[in-house]
Amino acid sequence: METAATRNKRPSSKPAKLSRDVQARLGQQLRAMYDEVVNQGVPERFSELINRLDGDGKKDER
Amino acid sequence: MAMDESVRKAILGAVPSLRAFAISLCGNVDRADDLVQETLLRALANIDSFQPGTNMSAWLFTILRNHFRSEYRKRRREVEDSDGHLAETLKSQPDQYGRVEFREFREALAQLPADQREALILVGASGFSYEEAAGICGCAVGTIKSRVNRARTRLADLLHVNSAEDFGPDETTRAVLASGE
Repeated sequence: METAATRNKRPSSKPAKLSRDVQARLGQQLRAMYDEVVNQGVPERFSELINRLDGDGKKDER
Repeated sequence: MAMDESVRKAILGAVPSLRAFAISLCGNVDRADDLVQETLLRALANIDSFQPGTNMSAWLFTILRNHFRSEYRKRRREVEDSDGHLAETLKSQPDQYGRVEFREFREALAQLPADQREALILVGASGFSYEEAAGICGCAVGTIKSRVNRARTRLADLLHVNSAEDFGPDETTRAVLASGE
């Protein structure tokens, strides 16, 4: 698992096309953008939906 | 259909990442959430076809991706056809998808061909292996690898980054802070 510390580590940079450090930076930005949504957790509409459908199923079994 | 508690937990646990993937496909939070909802309904209706012990997340991503391809592609193509329109949409709604400082990055991402964007997100952000991503996209592992490579090269071109220095130190700091870790 990555931590802020490992992400923050600045790789030594050499001007090469798509060097490892450029790839690493692109990856960081991509994950930061993605994680912003992930960190919003599960919106209520989805937890309610799953609970409701699950509840319906349990009722049927009785 | 009553679910095992473990199945229910696995589905709920996959939702945040599923949303992030959907937003990256749709470029719009409302449409993405509708897509996630339809995906969950389909998944729950077909829960018997999920094989216990396999990756729930990959299963849900596959359903979402296939549904998006069949239902949403036409609409998205209309958007993409009007050159740069998706990028314009994102520009006018900076709060719809992340923070303002990611605007340039998001716009560059939106300009990638759909196949490349999808592969890059699955491998680079969702954390799937090349093999899992290939399974989700229904293509060969080599195809995923080449799409990811082309996506990275194109992104670097669009963002004019030839070395890590081009990103500037502030961007990284902000990215780290914004990632919430």
